[in-house]
Order: sequence, then structure tokens, then C-alpha cells
Amino acid sequence: MSQSLVDDQAEAALGLGRPVGDGSPAEPGRPAGIRRVLRFLIRRPGLLLSAVVLVLVVLAAFWPDLFTSQDPLKGVPSQNFRGPSGSHWFGTDELGRDVFSRVVHGAQLSLKATLIAVLVAFVVGGLLGVVAGFVGRWVDDVLMRFVDVLLSIPALFLSLALVTALGYGTVKVAVAVGIASVASFARVARAEVLRVRQAVFVEASRSCGARWYSVLGRHVLPNAAGPVIVLATLDFGSSILAVSALSFLGYGAPPPAPEWGTLISDGRNYLANAWWLTALPGLAIAATVLAANRIARALDGEWARQR
Amino acid sequence: MRRYVIKRLAQAVGVLWAAYTVSFLVLDFLPGDPVSAMAGAGMDSGQTDPAQLAKLRHEYGFDKPVLVQYAEYLGRAVRGDFGDAVSTGRPVTSTLADALPQTLQLTGAALLLAVVLGGGLAVVATYTSRRWLRQLLLSLPPLGVSVPTFWVGLLLVEAFSFKLHWFPAFGNDGLRGLVLPALTLAVPTGAQVAQVLAKSLLTALDQAYVETARAKGADRWRVHLRHALRNASLPALTVVGLLVGQLIAGSVVVETVFSRDGLGRVTAAAVTTQDIPLVQGVVVFGALIFVATNLLVDLVYPLLDPRIVVASDRRAGFA
Repeated sequence: MSQSLVDDQAEAALGLGRPVGDGSPAEPGRPAGIRRVLRFLIRRPGLLLSAVVLVLVVLAAFWPDLFTSQDPLKGVPSQNFRGPSGSHWFGTDELGRDVFSRVVHGAQLSLKATLIAVLVAFVVGGLLGVVAGFVGRWVDDVLMRFVDVLLSIPALFLSLALVTALGYGTVKVAVAVGIASVASFARVARAEVLRVRQAVFVEASRSCGARWYSVLGRHVLPNAAGPVIVLATLDFGSSILAVSALSFLGYGAPPPAPEWGTLISDGRNYLANAWWLTALPGLAIAATVLAANRIARALDGEWARQR
Repeated sequence: MRRYVIKRLAQAVGVLWAAYTVSFLVLDFLPGDPVSAMAGAGMDSGQTDPAQLAKLRHEYGFDKPVLVQYAEYLGRAVRGDFGDAVSTGRPVTSTLADALPQTLQLTGAALLLAVVLGGGLAVVATYTSRRWLRQLLLSLPPLGVSVPTFWVGLLLVEAFSFKLHWFPAFGNDGLRGLVLPALTLAVPTGAQVAQVLAKSLLTALDQAYVETARAKGADRWRVHLRHALRNASLPALTVVGLLVGQLIAGSVVVETVFSRDGLGRVTAAAVTTQDIPLVQGVVVFGALIFVATNLLVDLVYPLLDPRIVVASDRRAGFA
């Protein structure tokens, strides 16, 4: 997955490294910026749809009552195994619970887990990469060899080892998924810091007598952040998949909680007679991941290239 | 060449050692008390008798300093002994070796499908001059990397086992039982192969040698396959090397979905019962597969592209 990013890195870096010279002329005409975003979106209906899907998922995660008034945990046993209909969009499960409501309420757990995973990967990986790139020498060697080792262990195996050590639960699964993608963040962050560190303006500020922390904070970090943030959006999609895979395997929140992966593994028992129990929650996951990946792709080059 | 191989082998051993160390840190060191976890997993119920805990602790060497434990475990691991699985009492190495053939069948078939389908998609998408077909084909790989594997598996079971009765829904029996799991596992891998190959094919088709070959009168299909594809296949090969580890790990999900026996099922069970030695064995095995395939890919590289001189030890990219 990081392959495309590595290829595009130069382009992405070019685009995202530019705001220093590019942002200032656009400053007075702020409506023009908004118009530009709108034009960009309208020319790409798929991207617009992706943004809408992601906004809906975020809304569902924070205000599930906007979408459904039915209880995700309590069902009407007499109404079990109803197919999708006007009153139950996604049908009902074996206990007569409304599946749509469970998917909507599940967004909270799944999105929370995903955000924690991305945050862990971003912070830990970013820190490793920045330290390695900024300090250099043997610190760089040691940290990057460590990152190589992390990369050599398949991500799912690493997550499973962490789950074995930490135990079950949404947050623990999220941390396990996050740690498993630390390595790619460290690599990108290091590459960016190395690139920016050699820039003329960094040298200039050094020669003006700026302390190392102000060089790092004022010049290196802001200019190195772009590609790492793009990686974070890319990682968002794959983290949703990884988190839902682990909760499908049964390591997520305990049973009544409607985590997306758990919903599908519950529905698996009724695959032969109630297709909607697996198909529709899975569609929600797929749509969210697809939307996140599409937006990541737009950030990763398309936006910078179109001016 | 020989010096290069020896150097790479030494690197591979170093990575394996480090992977073992990481798994040791994560599994034996990170949690508060692996012994009570093991006692809870190995015994029937949660009754943990302190005397028995102390005995277990002594048996596993947890009463010794961490560094001594590490040295002892490492010494055994070098000889291929990862201890005994807590839940069954059988040696980890033979437990994994017994489960491996089934999983290798599955991942081998999936890899083949991924390369054939993903590669075929990329070749056709870049060859066709019909715009709609190209766009349709190129929109499939982003879809393939976005769908949850377990969901794809369940949908396939639903359609081809329960509705059409073409293939069995679970179990390990024969070639027919392999089709759906291998297809499921091939979806994300094939999608990534297709993405990388399509991209590098498009780059290759822009090169001057393609124009030269066309100007000399070679027909389009021949130029596409003999000239562009040959040059474009190297990045795809690198990706395949990186994806093999992912395929092995993906067997955890796919074997669970299809209730197949194999390494993945063993792993899932080991995590559920917190069987630390077994999980550790799996992690190191995963790293072994990764290191071995990448070594293989690096050795195959010069055969495909004579321009790559082996003596240069640092190449661009992430070999």
C-alpha cells in the first residue's frame, strides 16, 4: 500500500512543500480558495461522494441518533430475521435487533479504534522518523534497523502478537494495529526530514544562530509534515480494515457491542438464511474504506497537480 | 556474486534475530505476568494455585533475570526449538510444520491467482484503446484493496456454496475446496499487483524504446509484451516479494472464514488461548518467509534485468 506513496512522494512533496510561497498570494481572496475547492470537487464526482460518505460516517460516530432512533442493543424477538425493508433498512438479526441501527452505533467504536490506531502510528512512527532524520549518525542507523525489523514481520502477525500480550478490547486492538504501521510512518517522516534539512532556508536559519529546537519546530517539522499527513489519510483506510479484521476474529469489544467486524462475524452463523446480516455491514466498511482511500489519493498529488 | 549472496544471507540472519528479539520483548516482557495467563489458558478453570504458579514460573524460567531468560530462549530458538505450545504441550516447531502444507497450498494458489489476474488486468487495461474498458478495469484495483477480506470470503460462500452449490463452503478437501479461499486471499494481493504493474507499464510505454520498436514496425501487442512488460515487471516483482508475508498472515482471516485447517487457524487459536510460545513461533516464521522471499527476489533481479549489477550493494528503492 505504501508503494504508490513512495512513488508519488516526490510529486506530493513538491506540491505540499510549496505553500510557503504559494499560500500568501491567495490569502486576500479567501472566497477564491473556497471556489477552487468546489471546482476541484465538482470535476470529480467520485471524490465528492467519498467526502459525503466520510462526513456521514463521522456524524454517525458522534451523533448516531441523527440516523436512527432504534436501540442497537435491544431487539424485538418476535421480529427476528426480517429482511431489509422500509422500517428496517438493513433488516433485523437473530434477536430482532435493527441491523442498520447497529451499524450506525458501531461506527462509534470502529471509528474510535481507527483514529487511535492512526494516531499511535503517526505519533510513534513520526517521532522515530524525525529523531532518526534530525539526529542522524548512529541514532539513525539503530532506529532504522529497528524499523526494518518491524517491516519484516507481517502486519497482521505483529498485531496478533500485541493482542496476545495486551489482551482483548477495542482500544487494545487499536493500539496493536497502530504499532503495526509505525514502520511506514517512520520511513516517510525520516525521508522528509532529511529532504528538508538540506534545504537552503534551514541552513540559513542555522547560520543565523537559531537553536536546534527552533530550527526543528519552525522550519523542519512544518515543511516535512505534508507527506506524513497524506500517509495518515492512506493509513486510515487500511486501519479500518485491520481493526475490523481483528474484531471479526473476536479480539475486539465483547459481544453485545456492535463493532463492525463483530457484526459480520455474528452474521456469519446465519449466512444461509439471512444474507443481509453479513452483506450490509460489510458494505458499510467497504464504502468507508473506499471513501478514505479516494480522498487520500486526491491529497496525494492530484490536488497539487491540478493548478 | 558469492560475496553478495553471503552478505545478504548474513543480513537475513540479522533480521531474523531482531524479529525474534522484538517478539520476545512484546510477548514475554510486555505483559505483567505471562505465567498466570498461561496457567489460565493451560488449566481447565481459572483456579490459580500459587504453588503451581511458582512451579510453572520455574519451569519456564520466568524466575530468572530477563536477560538470562532471553539468552536461554535464543539459544534454543537457534536450534529450532521454540518451546512447547501451552495448550497442547506439543513442540511449537512441529505444530507449525504440521499446519504448514495446507497453508502453503492456499497461499501458493492465491499468489498464482493474484499474479495472473492482477497482472492480466494491468496488461489489458494498458493495452486496450477503448476508453471505457480501460477506466472500468483501472477502477477495480482500488476497490480490491478497500473491501474487507473476510467479507469477500463470506459473500463468495453465500453465492457459490449456498446458492449455486458449486464449491464447498468449508473444509480442506481437494482442489474444489481450495478455489474460494484462494480467490478470497488473492483479491487484495492481486489488486496491489495490478496497481503497481499498471503504473509501471504506463511509464514504460512512454519511453523512447517503445517508440523505436513501433517505428521499426513491431506490432503493438509484441511491443506491449516483449518490450514494455519486461521492463515494467521489476517493480511488480518487488511488490510480490513484499506481499508474500501478507498472504501468509492473511491466511489467519481466510482460514477462519472457510474453517480450513492450517497455520492461520493455529495462529488464531494460539492468540485466543494466549499461547505465547506458539504466537512467538508464528511471528518468527512470518519474518522468515518475508526475509526469504525478498532474498529470492533480489537474486532473481539480475537475471531479469542484466543492467542491475550485483556488486553495487545499495540500490535505490526498498529492497
